[in-house]
Amino acid sequence: MDQLLFNQQYPHILSTLIFLPLAGAMLLLFVRNESFARYWALGVTIVTAIISIPLLSAFDSGTSKFQFVEKVTWIKSLNIDYVIGIDGISILLIMLTTLIMPLCVLASWTYIKTRVQAFMVCLMIMETAMLGVFCALDFVLFYVLWEAMLIPMYMLIGIWGGPRKIYASVKFFLYTLAGSVMLLVAIIWLYINNGYSFFIPDMMWQNYSSTAQIFLFLAFFLAFAIKVPMFPFHTWLPAAHVEAPTAGSVILASVLLKMGTYGFLRFAIPITPEATMLLAEPILWLSIAGIMYGGFTALAQNDMKKLIAYSSVGHMGFVTLGIFVLNTRGVEGAILQMINHGITTGALFLCIGMIYERTHSRELSDAMGLGKYMPIYATFLAFFSLSSFGFPGTNSFVGELLIIAGTFEHSTVLALACIPGAVLAAAYMLRMLQKIIWGDTNNPDQSKMVDLNVREIVTLAPFLFFVFWIGLGAQPFLDIIHVSVENLLNNYHGFTNQAVAITELIIH
Amino acid sequence: MQFLPELALLGAGLVIFMVSLGKTNATTTRNIAIGLGAAVFGATLLSYCAEGKLFYGAYQVDLYSQVFKTLIAGSMLVVLILGQNLKGVSEKVHPEYYLFLFMSVLGLMMLVSSVELISIFVALELSSFAVYIMVPMRDDEGKIRFQMEAGIKYLLFGVTATGFMLFGMSYMYGLTGSTDLATIITQYSTMWTHPAYVISMMMVLAGFFYKLAIFPFHFWVPDVYEGASNETTAFIATVPKLAGTAMLIRLISHITGDGQVITNVLLTCAVASMFYGNLSALVQKDVKRMLGFSGIAHAGFVLLGILTFQITGFANAMYYIIGYVVMNLACFLVICNVSSKGENVMIEDLSGLHKRSPLMAFTLAVGLFGLAGIPPFVGFMGKFMLLTGALKEGYMVVVILAAINTAIAIYYYLSVIRVTYCSEPEERGLVSPTMMTSVTSVFLLIIIVVMGVSPQRFVDFASTAVQTIM
Repeated sequence: MDQLLFNQQYPHILSTLIFLPLAGAMLLLFVRNESFARYWALGVTIVTAIISIPLLSAFDSGTSKFQFVEKVTWIKSLNIDYVIGIDGISILLIMLTTLIMPLCVLASWTYIKTRVQAFMVCLMIMETAMLGVFCALDFVLFYVLWEAMLIPMYMLIGIWGGPRKIYASVKFFLYTLAGSVMLLVAIIWLYINNGYSFFIPDMMWQNYSSTAQIFLFLAFFLAFAIKVPMFPFHTWLPAAHVEAPTAGSVILASVLLKMGTYGFLRFAIPITPEATMLLAEPILWLSIAGIMYGGFTALAQNDMKKLIAYSSVGHMGFVTLGIFVLNTRGVEGAILQMINHGITTGALFLCIGMIYERTHSRELSDAMGLGKYMPIYATFLAFFSLSSFGFPGTNSFVGELLIIAGTFEHSTVLALACIPGAVLAAAYMLRMLQKIIWGDTNNPDQSKMVDLNVREIVTLAPFLFFVFWIGLGAQPFLDIIHVSVENLLNNYHGFTNQAVAITELIIH
Repeated sequence: MQFLPELALLGAGLVIFMVSLGKTNATTTRNIAIGLGAAVFGATLLSYCAEGKLFYGAYQVDLYSQVFKTLIAGSMLVVLILGQNLKGVSEKVHPEYYLFLFMSVLGLMMLVSSVELISIFVALELSSFAVYIMVPMRDDEGKIRFQMEAGIKYLLFGVTATGFMLFGMSYMYGLTGSTDLATIITQYSTMWTHPAYVISMMMVLAGFFYKLAIFPFHFWVPDVYEGASNETTAFIATVPKLAGTAMLIRLISHITGDGQVITNVLLTCAVASMFYGNLSALVQKDVKRMLGFSGIAHAGFVLLGILTFQITGFANAMYYIIGYVVMNLACFLVICNVSSKGENVMIEDLSGLHKRSPLMAFTLAVGLFGLAGIPPFVGFMGKFMLLTGALKEGYMVVVILAAINTAIAIYYYLSVIRVTYCSEPEERGLVSPTMMTSVTSVFLLIIIVVMGVSPQRFVDFASTAVQTIM
């Protein structure tokens, strides 16, 4: 229990964050008024966002322990606790989630026209589950929330989605669930081999046998790689992204995908360091494959949402690359890039959603030449596109630079292999940008298009603010995560050095 | 006091018999039946703490049996309520239908208290024979005839299973010279390596496998589920499973460590049930058939829990079967409501249910997600605890196979939910549940969530109950 820090000033802040949206959702179940539902959801998510702000100010970035811990016995006979806490790895993801949710509500203000209450209920339940996943320090709690999240997300895609919503939602559900059943077995195995405890910090850095570690790692990998999604487990993502309503796409891109990479950092590396060491190399190459594959496929898309979805595969490839080079720069870059991807891709999905609301088409050819009639929109889109391919001065530049620097430290060949991916990103984003703003000689008639209204500007402005904040002054963000990352890597290297020494001893 | 629930049921049967002699309309009959069902439930609550032995030790009344009796009476009450006006049964025979229902429940209640081979047999037959008649009682006005086929199948398979059981019992008697379960157990406890003992035990278990629909005694399930009226299926799919589990725990809990052979056989049955049930359910179009196959798979899970031979394992199995019954009742409640004239419900008949009746759609979704084992519903907690218990006993391979089954199962549950929520209703009419049905469905929903979120109290309670028979 020495990894836990209780906070006297804010003893129940995390639980409040987790359960406030749920309570809001429960109340909304009994309401019939649609416009009230919108304002209520907005209010609840904003209040949640405001409550989450003290987390940053009271967060002690000088320690790698878990902070704001709360612990209540949940199921005594199985030794399952409701125990939550955050460290440098999870705090930014929590902030990202709480801050992005009000914007998702705003983005659905007019987009969702049918069954508004149910939609808002699903959004708020999603928020509860997502925050819970990032806070959970008990493996069962984590798994419960991880799985429970599938239901509202399935509903978001399946009810409010596009024409192929049924295919997309079922595929999303099946992939994620099938991936995580072995995770459940792994959790139970760990429980039995850890003195019957589900407490996550107790499972880390233990001497499990190499075979066990490899099996555990594979179980983790299957669950998390599908969620990330890593090539070749990515096929559910384009379908789900394309069919989901805007808010669903934003949640999916900004938060859900991060759970996979978060899982690697929180579980795979600390619980199975030896297997990580053995299997890191193939995963790195899978990441490169993902970057290249995502890039080339995005280049060929005519559906804007699909384009962004495939670009996500590429960007998440960078994140896994950063994680598995296993050095400070790489991992810090990866965490920062997780946030960046959440901001930039979320914003891009919002932009596409705004066009879709006007033209009811996601085809690139229908959106050509918008720049002349929608100057404010074009400005936003331009900045987000630049950010997406890592233009200096924007947030992704910092993240990608750190990751590539970390990769160079690890292996030059690998780093050189991922450079074309960065170029590809510029190619497909600029292609999209060029077509939307200027188009070519046979642009459709866009003269009836109205530019963004105040609500839409308010929705996009915070994203732009963070694009530049992280892009120009990333240090505060890196400071928050630094100690936790150092601690993770120190432990990892301590552990693997020991393992290597033992292996050498046996060989000689 | 010790015999109060059974007496109440007998009394209820007599009252219904009187009703059947006169001429009453369907609503009155239903109200009388629900009132009697509530009275029986009250009687089980009253005799909840009763203890003792009756009929020269053939009949044991303890906390374990009383808990199961309460559960049986409670789920019978729900079945009576969700049956509404028995749309699928000809109005002429409504009183008789209720009479047989009460008699079958009487058999099940006696079964959970029986600790002697002959009384087990009598109770089991009483419960089965009543249902053999209930199945073909489906209304044949709509030129539906397959209920006859279903009835015959149910009868023949039932008789076969009983035959196995009687043969096994004769072995038991031959080997031990007693029909008293306690005596048999003591004699058996040292002899588990002997083939005759294993075979006799397996054969006796066959009777309960039949009730619970565990592989290889599951063959009756799909056709009977499809052929019987919706209300009858709701009954067959829930209440007898409780009693079947109770008896399985009573018998299997006494297999000692030497019984490796029998354990392996039973584990194989459990895994085979899961795979058979889940794989067959994937291609079903009739919701009842699908739930039937899913029931086979779930029975496999229950058996897995029992095979841990730990008190926690038995408690988990109890928790699991209770959860299963509640979730199944929720699903059948919706099926009975959606079926307007008592016809079978195809999966596509549920199209757009969320627009036709939001509450019914929600109940169905929660029930099915629960059955699929998605948290935070009871199905997940049950499965999780069973797998934990099984892995503790070192059944690694079985646990992995069971986990794979969870992944297979989600597909067919999801395909129903998909139709419910993501399709348009088209020409299909509104579904308007009555007040009582709505209240019942909300009540079932609350149980599903509460049991899933805070299982501690239920499992503790189940452990206490199980301890009384150890």
